[in-house]
Amino acid sequence: MKCQYACGSTEHITNRRRFIAGIASSAAGLGLGGLLTGNPAIAEQLKGKQKRILNIFLHGGVSQLESWDPKPGTATGGPFRAIPTSVPGVHISELLPYTAKQMHHLAIVRSLDTKNNDHARGQEEMTTGHKQIPGTDYPHLGAIAAKMLTPERFPLPGHILIRGAGSSSGKAAYLGPKYASVVMNEGKPPQFTERPAALSVESDLRRNQLRARLNDRFAGRRRTADTDAYTFSYDQAQDLLSQRKVFELEQESEADRERYGKSEFGQHCLMARRLLEHGVPFVQVNHSNYDTHHENFDFHIEQLGEFDQPFAMLVEDLQQRGLLDDTLICVMSEFGRTPQINARYGRDHWGKSWSVVLGGCGIQRGAVIGATSENGTEVVDRVVDHGHVVHTILQAVGIDSTGEFDIAGRKYPVADPAKGSIGELLA
Amino acid sequence: MIEISLAQSATIEPEKTHAVLEHAFPRPLNACYWEPKDRYIFVGSEDFGISRFHIESKEIVAMIGPHDSWVRAIGATPDGQVTFSGGYDGRLVWWPTAAQKPEPMRVVDAHQGWIRALSVSSDGRRVATCGNDLAVKMWDVESGELIQTYDGHQWHVYNVSFSPSGDWLVSCDLRGFVKVWPTNGRVTDDASPPVATDQPATADAVKLVSRDLPQVESLYKYDPTFRADIGGARCMAFSKDGSRLAVGGVTNVTNAFAGIGNFAVALVDFADGKVMVQLGSKEKVNGTAWGIEQHNQGFWIGLGGGSGGGWLYFWRDDIAEEFFKLKLKSDGRGMAISPDESRIAVAHADRNLRIYALYTAPA
Repeated sequence: MKCQYACGSTEHITNRRRFIAGIASSAAGLGLGGLLTGNPAIAEQLKGKQKRILNIFLHGGVSQLESWDPKPGTATGGPFRAIPTSVPGVHISELLPYTAKQMHHLAIVRSLDTKNNDHARGQEEMTTGHKQIPGTDYPHLGAIAAKMLTPERFPLPGHILIRGAGSSSGKAAYLGPKYASVVMNEGKPPQFTERPAALSVESDLRRNQLRARLNDRFAGRRRTADTDAYTFSYDQAQDLLSQRKVFELEQESEADRERYGKSEFGQHCLMARRLLEHGVPFVQVNHSNYDTHHENFDFHIEQLGEFDQPFAMLVEDLQQRGLLDDTLICVMSEFGRTPQINARYGRDHWGKSWSVVLGGCGIQRGAVIGATSENGTEVVDRVVDHGHVVHTILQAVGIDSTGEFDIAGRKYPVADPAKGSIGELLA
Repeated sequence: MIEISLAQSATIEPEKTHAVLEHAFPRPLNACYWEPKDRYIFVGSEDFGISRFHIESKEIVAMIGPHDSWVRAIGATPDGQVTFSGGYDGRLVWWPTAAQKPEPMRVVDAHQGWIRALSVSSDGRRVATCGNDLAVKMWDVESGELIQTYDGHQWHVYNVSFSPSGDWLVSCDLRGFVKVWPTNGRVTDDASPPVATDQPATADAVKLVSRDLPQVESLYKYDPTFRADIGGARCMAFSKDGSRLAVGGVTNVTNAFAGIGNFAVALVDFADGKVMVQLGSKEKVNGTAWGIEQHNQGFWIGLGGGSGGGWLYFWRDDIAEEFFKLKLKSDGRGMAISPDESRIAVAHADRNLRIYALYTAPA
């Protein structure tokens, strides 16, 4: 993609100023340009200054009936009971006993009708907020967050996926590749963030100085968005080299690592906490898998059993560390699962009436938005979809989702202009 | 559609197996149990509680109240006086089998999490349960008191069975680990050689110790694509003489979440725990073994259900491939054999209880 920087476009600066409310202070402004040390003191500094988004993506399509919208005793309800939560009158599935105790920090939207039963489309639409149109790419929520919420001179990536989620996830589309996701495969530090052992510090420095000189000469005549992205990538890689410890879970206390459990998801939640504490604007933890066409109930015991305690712990920790007021939490899937139980104790794909959870920054905590019918087969109150959810997420962190990006003179809506936020869910 | 016909004088011919009764219930069925006195079949469904089906009159009595989850574990004392239901709510309930309006005689919060199976000892004095809290428990039928808790499984316990002599309890978990527990002796391993047969051991009961059989590896898989475990003993039964243990489930799983895997029953030598033969089907059919019983004429009967549909399989002389199979109208989820062993009841996913006779259909 060609850019028109040479014609004087100032889209980075103007858009950031235009869309972000209250993000004037940055980590750089706080003198955090060096290695961020990741402790409660830093969290204290970040508190109230910078907004962040934590997205937990439950791949395959978690069952709303086994999680946020239980229907015990009905023909579609399955075997699980509903349990009370910390919000009087609000019940969720008995598979989430730890999360139930944190529901006063969270809100449930029980009325999604996304009219889609396809995995790839669901993943794209839920994370971009736009209806999928062939030939058109929209930026991932994380790319928008990275662009709009990342402080100047921030030494870490603004958009991190803990575990990859397919080739199309985390894309930046027209925002440009510098906002695409950095992936921590299997929760490990990003690739190539270690200086090769055979390369001395001095040699590395000289090598980079040479690259920078050549790059500057080239950019003076033939600068494009792509070359800017390459430059950014090199700069980011240099930053990452110096920040590598941010990605090392070993830096956390043994007690915390024990507390979050030995499961992969538990360790990833702890990593998410660590990244958020270091001010990363967007962190997505991918948890797999919920595509339970067969033996839905056994598999939801296993998967939600892995999800529940670490997720609840993460919510509680963010609250206790003073970060929840500035961190929006979302738990989403590509769709829900059929109320009808099939002959193999499975539930199939269902986009007609399902749920997501939001919480933390900018959200009316404890709220329950919308409702489904007695057996969960349809939404009976307050129909919303992916467009409304993404508007709500962005507005909750202070981004004007009704605005537009100006990319090389072309206007791109931040979120689907045909939709709006779920106003009653915003604090 | 079909009439019931009892078979006191009929000759058992598995190849002639045919449906003799079909009765629809309000919800899909999960389990069935043929009461020892041949009066009733109890079923569990996608509902809270169990139902009593009177075989002759076809009257259905709902037995609800104490359960607030599905019930898949049902059993009764050999004299037919007391029926037990074990629910996914963790509750074990005592019922008067033949009462006109059955009310619970006793309700015990037996497990934290699902009760997946129960077994009643042949003398009717004890009932054993197992579940998702990794525990196996043995209860006194008369008093309802907990006699013994057997800890040691590291995964959800999918099935439990008393040995025919009553000296042993056998349990199998999600990963196919089989544990043998003495009902009258010590429950921890020690250096003593294991008692390797199912012989009565009243005089030497104190010498009995628990032991582990080798994992039935073929009935478990961790699916790395979906990052989930699949397996376990979906059905389990001893041979009539107690020398073999049949453990049924699913094998060759290539896609856990789509149910792509084959029906299988491992016949385990109870003495050394080795798999003697794995019973399957000539044509590989996707499904899970939800029922297994040995007939008193020696052949084995298995129930399959899954994406390949519902099937009854029959094996003779422990030969791996079936000598006869019957396609069912719908997935089977539970199976019971009649006390006279002339008929089989199957709980179907299409809400129907069907009874199949193992003899020639009347002309």
